[in-house]
Amino acid sequence: MAETHTESVSNAIPGSSKQLLLYGVYAVVGFIALLALLGQIAQCTGTRSSSTGAVNIATGTITLNLAQEPPQLDSTKATDQVSGMILGHVMEGLLRYDANDNLIAGVADSWELTETEAHFTLKQGLTWSNGTPITAHDFVFSWRKAVDPLTASQYAFILYFIENAREITRGDLPPDSLGVTAVDDYTLHVRLNEPTPFFLSLMAFPTYFPINEAFFVSREGRYGANAEDLIYNGPFRIDQWVHNANVRLEKNQSYWNKDAVHLNTIDFAYILSDANAIINLFESGDIAYAGLNAELIDRALRNRWDIRQHVDGSVFFIEVNHRPERLTSNYNLRKALQYVNDPAELVNKVIKLPGNLPGESIFPVWLKGVNGKFREEFPPKPLVTNHDKAREHYALALEELGYETMPPLVMLSGDNPSAHKQSEYYQSKYATVLGLELKLDRQIFKQRLQKMTDGDFDLVLAGWGPDYADALTFGDLFTSWNENNRGRFDNAEVDRQVDIAKTSSDPAVRMQAFSRVQDLLNEDVAILNNYERGSLYVLHPQLKGVTRRSVGADPDYSFAYIEAPDS
Amino acid sequence: MVWYTVKRLIQGIITVWFIATATFWAMHQVPGDPFIGDKAVAPEVEQNLKERWGLDKPVYEQYLIFIGNMARGDFGISFTQESRSVNQIIKERFPVSAILGILAIVFAGLGGVLYGALTALYRNQWPDVLIILLVIIGISVPSFVFASVGQLILVVINQIVGFTLLPVAGWGDVSHMLVPALVLGLGTMAFLTRLMRSSMLEIVSADFIRTARAKGVPAPQVFSRHQLRNAVLPVITVLGPSVASITTGGFVVENIFGIPGLGQSFVLAVQQSDYGVIMGTTVFYGAFLVLMVIIVDLLYAWIDPRVRLE
Repeated sequence: MAETHTESVSNAIPGSSKQLLLYGVYAVVGFIALLALLGQIAQCTGTRSSSTGAVNIATGTITLNLAQEPPQLDSTKATDQVSGMILGHVMEGLLRYDANDNLIAGVADSWELTETEAHFTLKQGLTWSNGTPITAHDFVFSWRKAVDPLTASQYAFILYFIENAREITRGDLPPDSLGVTAVDDYTLHVRLNEPTPFFLSLMAFPTYFPINEAFFVSREGRYGANAEDLIYNGPFRIDQWVHNANVRLEKNQSYWNKDAVHLNTIDFAYILSDANAIINLFESGDIAYAGLNAELIDRALRNRWDIRQHVDGSVFFIEVNHRPERLTSNYNLRKALQYVNDPAELVNKVIKLPGNLPGESIFPVWLKGVNGKFREEFPPKPLVTNHDKAREHYALALEELGYETMPPLVMLSGDNPSAHKQSEYYQSKYATVLGLELKLDRQIFKQRLQKMTDGDFDLVLAGWGPDYADALTFGDLFTSWNENNRGRFDNAEVDRQVDIAKTSSDPAVRMQAFSRVQDLLNEDVAILNNYERGSLYVLHPQLKGVTRRSVGADPDYSFAYIEAPDS
Repeated sequence: MVWYTVKRLIQGIITVWFIATATFWAMHQVPGDPFIGDKAVAPEVEQNLKERWGLDKPVYEQYLIFIGNMARGDFGISFTQESRSVNQIIKERFPVSAILGILAIVFAGLGGVLYGALTALYRNQWPDVLIILLVIIGISVPSFVFASVGQLILVVINQIVGFTLLPVAGWGDVSHMLVPALVLGLGTMAFLTRLMRSSMLEIVSADFIRTARAKGVPAPQVFSRHQLRNAVLPVITVLGPSVASITTGGFVVENIFGIPGLGQSFVLAVQQSDYGVIMGTTVFYGAFLVLMVIIVDLLYAWIDPRVRLE
């Protein structure tokens, strides 16, 4: 700062500081008046996140944070996890999962699944939160709406197991030709395209939830936009939804199993995505749940919080681009990368977040097999890290491709600290072991997906979360017809095995086929395994009965309860 | 004066149109579209979506439709929150940002003037040194650091006193606003302090102060009528653009404190390629900024008659 004047302090006007103090007092008084005014105005913006503490045993209230604002709560259109979580609390499908991931009765009273048909008998006397009876027609309406091309639901594919669903979405058939019929008010009949042994598990998925036609029509296109634009049939109903500020759920008094619901209020009083801010709220006793990342573990340990672990069901891997014009279409190059790959090192030394499992297969450990867990019944052939073999294959690849030195490969990744760490790890790893240069292409979410879809990458840090609790949700990922196969992996035998699995209802045959798929994907290096995500979180010690799931609404507070504090 | 105002407004409209066009073009250059998601969408569904949102039309046609609607003040519907219009989102969320921004500006303005005056009075003494040190920190540390640290301090204070003195995050009443507003205003406050200090020092030795003192005007009056009043002029000039930049630039603070302001949805929209909200918020913010600059220019002429508008 330029200061041209050199007068000493004595040059200041005497008495100024007293005068300034007076002005200071004026300012403070004026400021308080302004605060009062702004407070009034703020209340008019309709937002209020008043917290009564993380748990309140007297009122049966728990207070939580939402990672993001649910974009909308029309169950046929919802795609994101937060919407799915809220819908899982306020709506109910024909079936639901219990705390041990077993299917139990929801709206349905009894059900029967044959090779290509499903029959559901609904409970009688159930009502929506506005008093309208819940009937089989509510399911027929929402299922037709989900596959209707005019709805353009991104999850329409989850109904493709039902007769004509795909043709309807394509616009080849009218929506009412969908293979679902309400025989009477309480009987629902479904025709399937092929044996779908896991069809019942889809009944717990939000896209299969019912919607009342009369109410939907009455909202004139605003269904799901606000709390009053929805009616509920789940354990809770939305009492207040202030967009981007808070969502408050109250116990639904018309829920058929309301005696099993202990909480009166689930108050999502905050909508925050910043992990540090969330943990601050947890520490100050404002919210009952917080996720932990690698940087926050120390703080959790220091506070002696009870750290819990949850395998969230997702599998992460490097997806390889198999398009013929790409270098990575060369088998020996892929094999070289596979021999360099060391998921255990990645998990323990790079990600360093306890709870993650080193990846061995596209099929995660929690999937069910014939009788027990799939991975225990059909363990994948172990892939051993071997730098010498890696160099051998690399030399072969150079020869086959006709290069002295390999041109750099492009690794596409997300733009977040974890993706940065991982891609940099691979960059240095490939350079030291193979002398292979990796160019890092960091993109935010949508741009990364667009580049993946366009095939604009050699390697990409990718992952897959399950849509339903069957091995098929992972098993058909790398079939030639799957649009999510963004590396265009194409292996006729994989396709054939998935076909076998899809057309059989015998668990032994199906799991055998998936076991073949598992081995083929590793043998042909469809992907490079990274890790199965586990997450760490902290929960208020008095809050019990919260269910974590790999598939479906997670975390599930529907039947949680508050325990009296230890004295 | 009237002619000048009209001229500035026309220039402003052209500026806003330019902002809209540039944003529209840039937005369509970014890979990805609103519908791409973790799960690949069947081609037939994607086609349906594009038809419904008019994205199957050539870009220039989309542009013409957009400009047409914009001229009528309609920014269409959010792509991610389908049942809500962009206008509604702005209407709901801008007041929150505005309240926070006003408070931050008041913090910055009051604090800047008081501290600036204080440093000038105690020049080269300890209050001066201390405040200038804080000013340097205030200018060089980004607001997200202040926000995180501020929040952490709140946690500790609440634990020490044993109840929630000030909430850690959220929105709703005055207690939620204080810390975020202070954090948001700190940078500007530091800047204004520096400005006020130099302007005070310049004036204390001005001829009219000497004259006033020589003719026997009481000291407090010299200070408040002559020195402070003149010194505060440049501060007011800077305050105008600051209002716009603080009100529109609060998204980091909004994110950390969970405040449902417009800045947050602006940033989120870009990440989600929510074309409707991107255009709506950009044009809105652009227009707001342009308007603020015009208002300040006009105000300045009114405060200081020496400035003549041509």
